[in-house]
This record gives sequence, C-alpha cells and structure tokens, in this order.
Amino acid sequence: MELQSNIPEYLRAIPQAYYLYLSATLFTIGVLGVLVRRNALIIFMCIELMLNAVNLLLASFAAYRNDAAGQVFVFFIMAVAAAEVAVGLAIIVMIHRNTRSVDVGLLKNLKW
Amino acid sequence: MDNNISLALLIPLLPLLGFVINGIGFGKLPKALAGTIGTLTVFGSFLITLVLFGGVVAGGETASSVKAYDWITITDTLNITFEYRIDTLSIIMMLLVTGVGTLIHLYSFGYMSHDKGMGKFFAFLNLFIFSMLILVMGSDYVTMFIGWEGVGLCSFLLIGFWNQNRAYNAAAQKAFVMNRIGDLGFLAAIFLMYNAFGTSSISEISQQLGTSFKSGDPQIFWITLCLFIGAMGKSAQVPLYTWLPDAMAGPTPVSALIHAATMVTAGIYMVVRSNVLFSLAPDTLHIIAWIGCITAVLGASIGLFQNDIKKVLAYSTVSQLGFMFMALGVAAYSTGMFHVLTHAFFKALLFLGAGSVIHAVSNEQDIRKMGGLWKKLPITFWTFLIGTIAISGIPPFAGFFSKDEILANLYTHDKTIWILAMVASFMTSFYMFRLLFLTFFGSFRGTEEQKHHLHESPLTMTLPLMLLAVLSMVCGFMGLPAVFSEHHMLADFLGKAAGVVHGDHLDHNTEFMLMGISVAIAVVGLIIAFVRYGGGKNVPVSDEQMTNPITKVVYNKYYVDELYNLIIVKPLHILGDISMLVIEYLVIDLIVNGIALTSRVVGLGLRKSQTGSIGFYMYAMVIGIILFLAYFTMASNLSL
Repeated sequence: MELQSNIPEYLRAIPQAYYLYLSATLFTIGVLGVLVRRNALIIFMCIELMLNAVNLLLASFAAYRNDAAGQVFVFFIMAVAAAEVAVGLAIIVMIHRNTRSVDVGLLKNLKW
Repeated sequence: MDNNISLALLIPLLPLLGFVINGIGFGKLPKALAGTIGTLTVFGSFLITLVLFGGVVAGGETASSVKAYDWITITDTLNITFEYRIDTLSIIMMLLVTGVGTLIHLYSFGYMSHDKGMGKFFAFLNLFIFSMLILVMGSDYVTMFIGWEGVGLCSFLLIGFWNQNRAYNAAAQKAFVMNRIGDLGFLAAIFLMYNAFGTSSISEISQQLGTSFKSGDPQIFWITLCLFIGAMGKSAQVPLYTWLPDAMAGPTPVSALIHAATMVTAGIYMVVRSNVLFSLAPDTLHIIAWIGCITAVLGASIGLFQNDIKKVLAYSTVSQLGFMFMALGVAAYSTGMFHVLTHAFFKALLFLGAGSVIHAVSNEQDIRKMGGLWKKLPITFWTFLIGTIAISGIPPFAGFFSKDEILANLYTHDKTIWILAMVASFMTSFYMFRLLFLTFFGSFRGTEEQKHHLHESPLTMTLPLMLLAVLSMVCGFMGLPAVFSEHHMLADFLGKAAGVVHGDHLDHNTEFMLMGISVAIAVVGLIIAFVRYGGGKNVPVSDEQMTNPITKVVYNKYYVDELYNLIIVKPLHILGDISMLVIEYLVIDLIVNGIALTSRVVGLGLRKSQTGSIGFYMYAMVIGIILFLAYFTMASNLSL
C-alpha cells in the first residue's frame, strides 16, 4: 500500500491505451527492422527497440495498476539487455574482423 | 560307518579346486605344473574314496549320507538338500571315476604335452571329474541332474577342444544337442516323480514305493520311461547314439575317460540307482532290453567295416552299452554294473592304446595306413592285445565274466534277445581282432616319414596302459559265475543298493553250455579275423573302390546320419528359412526399417529448410510466434 502512493498521480493523466499503441508501434518497428535489414548493427538496435517497447508497456501497467512488480521487471530486463549488448557487440566485432563487413546476408555457411 | 564319512565332502571339491586353479591360471602356469595339479587333485579324491571304501566294506549295506547344505527350501512343499549318498553302489562308481580318472590324467600328461592348450585341457578334465562325482554321489535326482548337465557340458567342451576345426565343433554341437533331448526326458521324469511322490530324494522315493505302488502302475511306467530317455541320450542308445562316434573328434584321453569309461555309463548307473522304480515297471524293462539289443547289434555291425581306429572303438562302445542295457532290461542290475566296471577298464585301455598308436604315427587314424606296429610299440601292442581279448569275451580276462553273466541272464529271460546278443558278441570279437591285426600285424603301410617317426610312448602314457591291462585281466574275478564260486563278490557287495536278488541260479550244465557257446563264438570271430586279415593281406579298399552294396551301406553307418539329416535337420532348416523370410524380413525388418526409412525421407525433405540464411530463420521464427499467439488467442476465446 505504501508503494501505491509512490507512483505519481500525473502519470495516469494520459489514458493507458496510448501507452499500448505506442509500445505496439515501437515493437512492430523493431520486428520489421529485424526482418528487413541486413546490417547487423541495425538489427541489433531493432532488438533493443523491441525490448524497450516491452519495458514501456511494463512501466505503464505498473503505474496504472499500482503494482511495483512491473518496474522491477523493467530493471531486470535492462540489466539483461546490457549484458546481451556486451556479448552481441563483441560478436559483431568478430564478424567484422572475419568478413570485413557487418552484413548478416554473408553468413550462410552454417547449413547442411 | 566310521567318522571319516564327512571326508566325502572333499571328494568332489578337490577336482573343483584343480579346475579353478588351472582355469584361472591358464596361460600363466607352466604346462608341467598344470598337469601336476590336475592329476594330483584327482588322485587325492581317489585316496579319500579308498578310505571311505574301507568304511563301506565294514559297514555293509547301510547307506550313509553327508549333508552339505539345504539347497532349495519351500516350506512343506519342496525340500531339496545338497546331500551326498555313500553306499555300496555309489562308492564303486566313485572308485571307478577317480581311479580311471587318475590314470587318464596321468596319460594326458604325456599325450597333451605338445599341445598349447594343456592347462585348459586339464581344467576341463577336472571339471568333468567334479561333475561326474556330483552325479554319482547325489542323493537327490535334482542333485544328480546338476552333475548330469555338468558332464554334458564338459563333454561338449572337450569334444570341441581343438576348436579351430569346424568339423570338431559340429561334432561337439551334435553331442550337446542329442544329450539335450535325453536331458529333457530326465527333467520330465523329475517333474513326474515330484508329482507322484512329492519329493525327488532317492531314499524317500524308495521308501514310499514299498508301500503304496503296485507293479505296472502307469505313473511309474511314465517316470521310468522318461528316465530311460535320459539314459538313452547320455549312454548313446538307439535312436540317440549317433553323437558318440562323432565325439571321437576330441583328444583321445577324452574318448577314453568320458566317452568310454565314465560319462556314457551314467545312464546305466542312473537306472541301477533307480532299480526300485524300474522293477515296478516291467513294460519299461522290456523296452530297455529291446533298445539295448538293437543298439548292441547295430553298433557291432557298423564296427565291422570301419577303418578309423577310434571309430571302431566308438561303435564298439555303443554296442557294449547296448549289452549293459540288455542286462538292465532283464532286471540284472548288478550284472549291468559289473559290465560297466570291466568295460571301463578294457575300453579305457583300448582307447588309450589307440591314442598311443595315433601319437606314434603322427596323428594318423586310418588303420589302412598302419600295420606291423607291434615291434615298434611293444608295450602298446601287448596291452592292446589284452584289451582286445578282454572285450571279445575270451577267458580268463575280465570281459568274459561280465559278458557271460549278461548272456546267462538273457538266456533265462528271453531267448530271442539272447540269440541276437550272441550275434553281436560274435561281431565284437571279429571287429576287435580285425582292428588288432590290421594295426599291429603285417608290414607298415604308411609313409616313409611316419615310419621313421615311429616310437613307443613315454612312461606317463605306458604306465596307465599297463595298470589298466592288469585290471582288465583280473577284475573279472570279482564276479565269478556260480559254477566256479559260491560268492559273486561284486553282487554280494552291491547288495540291496543294486537290487540284487539271491538264489536265482541256472543249473550248472546249462551254465557250462552257455559259457562254451560264448567262448566258441568269440574264438570263431578271432579265427575268421585272423584268416582274413592276419598276415597283413586283404587290407580294406579305399572308399571309392567299395563295390559290394551291403558293405557300402554298413560302412556308411546305414546312412542313419543322412536319414536324421533328412527327416529332422532339413525340415528344421526349412522352418528356419521360412521364419527368416516371413517373420524376420516381412514383420520385424519391415517395422524397424520402415521407421528408419520414414524418418530418413522426412529428414531429406526438411533439411532443405536449413539454408544458413539468418534472415530466413528470423522470418520463420516470427511467423511461428505469430501463429502460436494466434492459436492460443483463438483457443482462449473459444473456451470463454
């Protein structure tokens, strides 16, 4: 109950549906980016975009439902995303060293 | 009975110990040590048996038993103790097994000294002695059966001892399978006994028999018949005899010990052991007498024209076993045992002599390529001569007394069988002297190389020959016919254990007449053999030149093997082929290969999707997730 009062009232000034629209849009842009682009860095950024769309959704639900669990999740996702970026960027660097390019379309050797 | 009786536990254990040492140490122990261990353990058993024998002589006909432990105990329904029964009958067999066993171990020491597998050989021989002792000493049919199977196993192992030779392996398998048919009979008999008496202990069964069963009871008939089928397999009677001649594939000491002196007489021992049962089944006895008679005549007639020294002896063994069964068939159990004993001595002697000959002529077994050996192998010749006289039934050697007793018993019971037995006896004398003349007389017909190599065997081989020759000469005197002596030592000793009935003698004139006839017949056989083969002339022709159709049929053993092949082996092969085509190929293979083929084809199609393109994988993943979500959304909507 104490947590409930800590969530600012003005956050609820905007209708929650807007948050949903925004998140959905961002997520779709992310998915499309991943599907369409071939530059590994862009794909990576699109993944981040999807993660943050979800984060936004979680934060808004936390605010509207007076439940801090959503915000805890957001922090958790951020930490995991940071770790993932560290690994992911390292992989991209290695790809670049080997192929002199970050085009994922070139990486077709792993097949039957 | 004295306190030494618990020593009986040691008797089978010593050879077992030898088996364990030689078995584990094979390849590590030097040959001489392996042979020494093998021989000494059996000799030790022999000494202990001698001590016990003294006790049994003093104690008379009372049987005593030594319990090793309770083996199978199911409250009130089944109680089988592992127990040894020492009585007059089993002690005689134990003496025979350990005594002849020791001599043959000693002989093997020389015979196998050139063989790589000597340690293995002694291990198997020791295991055989152990199993045979369990068979003989067991006080329960189940215990007996353990030994029965054990000797069968050892026989298999030793026939196929030189297992690089495919033909020898086939002979070993043949022996094993044929014995198995008999063993099934024995097992069935044990089940029937349990059904009828609620126990399988020999002494308990004979107690119950005295009170509650009459002669000719069908239950007893079936039990005894099944027991006899067991004996048929083990003791090579018609129609299960064909394994024994093939069993000569094993080393010669094995033929002497297992396939002449001890194992093949296990069937006779078992019948004598169960004499109380058999006496109540006159029909079975009648069957036994006739089977024995057919076997004796058939075996002897095949022996007439064989040219392999060991094959002649093998068919002679088949024939002599037939004689023993004839004796059992007229309820002359102690007579059967008498012939078991004398036969064990002279047949072991003959086999060992044959082994000595084979050893000398560089593993040649064809008598057409021998001849004139008596000068080179004097000890072997003289002992072989003694064995031949003994088996032919010429007095005063052992075979005469035991065979004459059998013939006298047959004469009183069934004249037809008696006449046939006389015929078999005549043939025995003929083929044995034929063998002797062809092998030792005339001039040597082998190659120069073999001639150069000819030598008398070492002392380890000739000593057993000499001892057995002495035994073959004198052991007949323990069963003098009633004409010469009031007391038949062996029958008196065996007494109740072998179902001896006293006071059933022929009058002396008849007995003299019978003796005269049998001696005359043996001598006629000798003379004919001498006339035909004595001077080293008339050597049998080689297989291709054989023209006389009757000779050819007999030489080829009446084509019995071919007949069995045709009516049993072939149909089984066809059945096997059909099962292979239908069950194996159409059912099992179709299921197994079908499953494999399906996944293979599916995999061939599916692996096209593994393009390696990341973009494609991502599309697939996203579409998958969308479908997944769509499905669950719809499903949850519907359930609402």
